[in-house]
Amino acid sequence: MNSIINFIGENLQMIYIVILMIFVGVEVIGKVPAVLHTPLMSGANAIHGVVIVGAIYVMLHTDPDNILALVLGFLAVILGTLNVVGGFVVTDRMLEMFKKKK
Amino acid sequence: MNTQYILDLIYLIGSVTFVIGLKMLSHPDTARRGNLIACFGMTLAILGTIFIHDDEVKPIIYTLILVAIGIGTVAGWMTAKKVQMTKMPELVSIFNGMGGACAALISLIEFQHMSLEKTENSNQLFDLSKLAELFGNIGKHAEMNPTAKMSMIMAGLVIGSVSFAGSIIAWAKLNGTLNKPIRLPKYNILNTVIMIGLFVYAFCIVNGNAEGGMHVYLLFAASLIYGVLFVLPIGGADMPVVISLLNSFTGLAAACGGFMYGNKAMLTGGILVGSAGTLLTLVMCKAMNRPLYSVIFGAFGGGAAAAGGRELTGSIKEISPSDAAVLMNYSKKVIIVPGYGLAVAQAQHIIHELELILEERGVEVKYAIHPVAGRMPGHMNVLLAEANVSYDKLSEMEEINPEFATTDVVLVVGANDVVNPAAHNDPASPIFGMPILDVENAKNIIVNKRSMNAGYAGIENELFYNPKNSMLFGDAKAALSKLVAELKGM
Repeated sequence: MNSIINFIGENLQMIYIVILMIFVGVEVIGKVPAVLHTPLMSGANAIHGVVIVGAIYVMLHTDPDNILALVLGFLAVILGTLNVVGGFVVTDRMLEMFKKKK
Repeated sequence: MNTQYILDLIYLIGSVTFVIGLKMLSHPDTARRGNLIACFGMTLAILGTIFIHDDEVKPIIYTLILVAIGIGTVAGWMTAKKVQMTKMPELVSIFNGMGGACAALISLIEFQHMSLEKTENSNQLFDLSKLAELFGNIGKHAEMNPTAKMSMIMAGLVIGSVSFAGSIIAWAKLNGTLNKPIRLPKYNILNTVIMIGLFVYAFCIVNGNAEGGMHVYLLFAASLIYGVLFVLPIGGADMPVVISLLNSFTGLAAACGGFMYGNKAMLTGGILVGSAGTLLTLVMCKAMNRPLYSVIFGAFGGGAAAAGGRELTGSIKEISPSDAAVLMNYSKKVIIVPGYGLAVAQAQHIIHELELILEERGVEVKYAIHPVAGRMPGHMNVLLAEANVSYDKLSEMEEINPEFATTDVVLVVGANDVVNPAAHNDPASPIFGMPILDVENAKNIIVNKRSMNAGYAGIENELFYNPKNSMLFGDAKAALSKLVAELKGM
């Protein structure tokens, strides 16, 4: 019990962000027409590619002699980039087709 | 000026662009710009992370990072540009899996870093200056206590791996490599036991009950296996829901990383996708009138479902392309119901041609889009948009259902479950209660299908035995081409 309260106390700011973001996510999606569900899912998919920031961060703090960590980090950055670039490009391609309509 | 403040400002801008981008993505007019805005924020956050900090970093590290980004960019760009629009859901699933794997790998590395620090730490237990330095090394904003940090590492590892393995299975299912649900005996109990096992195991590692690097790799492997087992029993028809769910999982995994590093861009982006993805999952379930638990635990699409259906008797009428052409040519109003069969056959262009010819002849043509037509909500709209079908011709289910009674011909192309009347009148059917397109109210129904096989949900369709219904057998593209040729000749 004590440790949970400590955890909340130490990370209060982050916990506030988590809770508020949950509401923002729900609000933002709430009014989406069915037509846009697929592009939206794809766009959201690209946004969680922000995990690449973590992969870069971990690479920057890795000791160059730690080969295992370097290899894993290198892979992580590739995968994260795939997620970001692929996600945004595919979403754009989908939306581009909608735009042709008058 | 403090470098950290500049980086924080960049992350703040990143977070705001994610929210604005997602918001703009929800309106057709602003959607494309919204995507670009989020993309801009992401680029900023990535560049900031690489270049804005006070740490001394060896050139080899920079090289590795930039090479990795280069490889990822080229590969991601090429795949995304080349893929056919019908393959979209698979692709989203794959990219989602990559994100999950990325999160899992970060956790593995962080775990290794932590155990290294721990051993150094215990060697120099009383050297306070050394200790302070070590804490400094963890990173400027990582002020978390080790237990909390370890919990986040474990959560990121488990969620990321499950999302990765699950996405790969979903991908294989969608592209047809794995086209049958595979069920181990008592798979629900088995999966639940494994899930609880993962929690307990992760908890033990965090608490130090399971010491040593081996355990974390075991947990990694177990999470991967769980991801596979989680998706395997679910039928192909439910894959969009699963992908959406896994999408929000990856969001959570990213958020765990954000929590661990105190990185607010990762945290907001991850949680935003986590909550939006969960809501989107529920919206999709609602469109199919199936609670989420029945998608996950009582998936249909296999043998179990067939047992519920009624025995269907009656005769099936077949119609030739020329008869179908005559029927449509002399109609006042035709409604087209496109389904995944149309997408698979790449028939979206030929259907547009059919629409234009009929319009020329003074026939009113509309498209009825079921919320889960295609493989994802909105997927059919994307496909038809690709074929230049104009927006206002597409009608959503609620809008078009009353219109069927005044329609002469309904042409169902490659759709099955979304027009199955069993959803209204057979309580034993697994799709009972799902909202459907009421095509049986129309004067004539023509169903184009490759064969009499059951639809994706694996259930019989009594619509085909309706006296008003006739079947136009054949691959959607081939059958529609014949139909168009006949119409042109008239």
